[in-house]
Amino acid sequence: MDRLMNFLVSPVLKWALLVLAVAFPLISSNEYHIYVMATAFIWAIAVYGMNIITGYCGQLNLAHGGFFAIGAYVVAILTVDHEWAFWPAFIAAGLAGAIFGFLVGVVSLRLKEHYFAIFTLCVGFIIYLLLEKWEALTHGSLGIINIAPPEGFGFVDFTETVPFYYLVLAFLVLSVWLVSRLSRSLLGRTFLAIRISDDLAQSLGINLMRNKVLAFVLSTVYAASAGALYAGVVRFIGPAEADVVHTFDMITYLLVGGIGTLMGPLLGTLAITWLTQMLQSLEEYRMIIFGPMLVILVIFFPRGIVGGFLTWRGRRLANKASQQDRGGESQASVQTPSTPSADKQEAGNNA
Amino acid sequence: MLKISNLTKRFGGLAAVNNVSVEFPANQVNAIIGPNGAGKSTFFNLVAGAMPPSEGKIEYQGMDITGMAPDRIARLGVARTFQTTMLFDQSTVLDNLIVGHRLRTQSRLWDVIINSKRLRDEEKKCRSRAAEVLDFVGLSHIGHRYIADISQEERKRVAFALAMATDPELVLLDEPAGGINPEETENLADLIRKMVKHGITVCLIEHKMDMIMSLADKIMVLDHGEKIAEGTPEQIKNDPVVIEAYLGSEQDVEA
Repeated sequence: MDRLMNFLVSPVLKWALLVLAVAFPLISSNEYHIYVMATAFIWAIAVYGMNIITGYCGQLNLAHGGFFAIGAYVVAILTVDHEWAFWPAFIAAGLAGAIFGFLVGVVSLRLKEHYFAIFTLCVGFIIYLLLEKWEALTHGSLGIINIAPPEGFGFVDFTETVPFYYLVLAFLVLSVWLVSRLSRSLLGRTFLAIRISDDLAQSLGINLMRNKVLAFVLSTVYAASAGALYAGVVRFIGPAEADVVHTFDMITYLLVGGIGTLMGPLLGTLAITWLTQMLQSLEEYRMIIFGPMLVILVIFFPRGIVGGFLTWRGRRLANKASQQDRGGESQASVQTPSTPSADKQEAGNNA
Repeated sequence: MLKISNLTKRFGGLAAVNNVSVEFPANQVNAIIGPNGAGKSTFFNLVAGAMPPSEGKIEYQGMDITGMAPDRIARLGVARTFQTTMLFDQSTVLDNLIVGHRLRTQSRLWDVIINSKRLRDEEKKCRSRAAEVLDFVGLSHIGHRYIADISQEERKRVAFALAMATDPELVLLDEPAGGINPEETENLADLIRKMVKHGITVCLIEHKMDMIMSLADKIMVLDHGEKIAEGTPEQIKNDPVVIEAYLGSEQDVEA
């Protein structure tokens, strides 16, 4: 049991997952499955962004899907109407995510809690309206077709599913790696302090606005980059990308996987995506299954699958260390058992 | 250490703090008492910068900090605890304390991305500071426990430790002994004395009179936002105005 537990939080698991992800196109010969996986990875990148602002920093941003759409539209408009190549447009999409994120963040983050959530819900809807109504720029409700795919510079052809899968996987790994650095760092702890309470964070000398805006901009860059990749694979987008439904989908992924955890966004996105695939024959009725599942999950695992596991494991380790403390006689033996468990704890936070 | 002149805070027509002037000397326990709704917490919020005063001036170590942002005041060396202890339940005690020293560090996003030496050094520094303050409040043995699993008194101590991790010179404690039993209250009073012995000035709001009378060097009494008395515990105990306003009317609550 302990061995399994340690495996689940060790870096070995992450490498194993990576190997599995790399091998997936070789194992699965079904191109459709590979395509589904690639788009799930794209959404996962966006969900990682949402996890930064909502999971770590505690600000429920309901405009996240809007920023995803902004990224997609920047690529679409630049490649179709201005004949840019994909990669410069991709970088421009990331920059647009940062700039719009900063502008929206500076205004919206003056609000707290529900007010912030409602305000960003409106921002998301305004983005949707702009994309739909501003026909001169966005082609209106027709959407934009023939978006340029990522250039492979003669080595690979990213219009093929398998190479694109690997491209997205590379971006996903980069995203997860950056979040893992962030979440363990002092900056991640700063965000977490804000999540506990604004007042507490300020009393600890944390500049609220600066850190919240930073977390917000990071999240919108993630969202816009994911949107840009999405435009590159789907190659046709419309205003529906900014629909608030996508934002709530991402919240679901986050809740199922584990909000504020490192592997939660990936687990949640993949689990729900594949479940949706499996239940596709039920069409809209699949919500009959999703609904109760989500309710059960929120009641019994409020921190999602990964969060629930980590809490359970942390308790177990703490109890074990306490028992050993009680058993220990000298001061030295009191200290020793708690030290390795503290190290393990840290490893646990990586999960 | 802390000099307050003519401090006033109005909420609409109500003056929660009304024309209060007081001086709190360094290296001792200063207490603020008063009936419920006397404006004690508002007074703290004003000093910590959580809200700007309507009128008046707050000087900390000779520096005018009136209307300064709370995070800047914290960096100047003013730490505080809250009536309701706020900690991160799903994390260990030690993990909760590491962020306390963040305000003495410089690392930014770029340091995180490249995992710079500065970041690694500062994280080490924060970690060791967390271990130090945990030891200071006498909780080294539960550093690995989850916040959700520790007692109310231990939570209070962790909140103290978090405030201590900011390297403060002045600590504002808002009802530190709220919701804990008499024996634990006595232990907490010892901890507050220990803080003063280590060169920290303490300012606290408290309802437990026994604790205040034995702990405080100086007491200020607020009633309806106004200062009605200040002095040593001995003076306060015998002040007829205080007895009238506080001990008289609030006896039932205290009992």
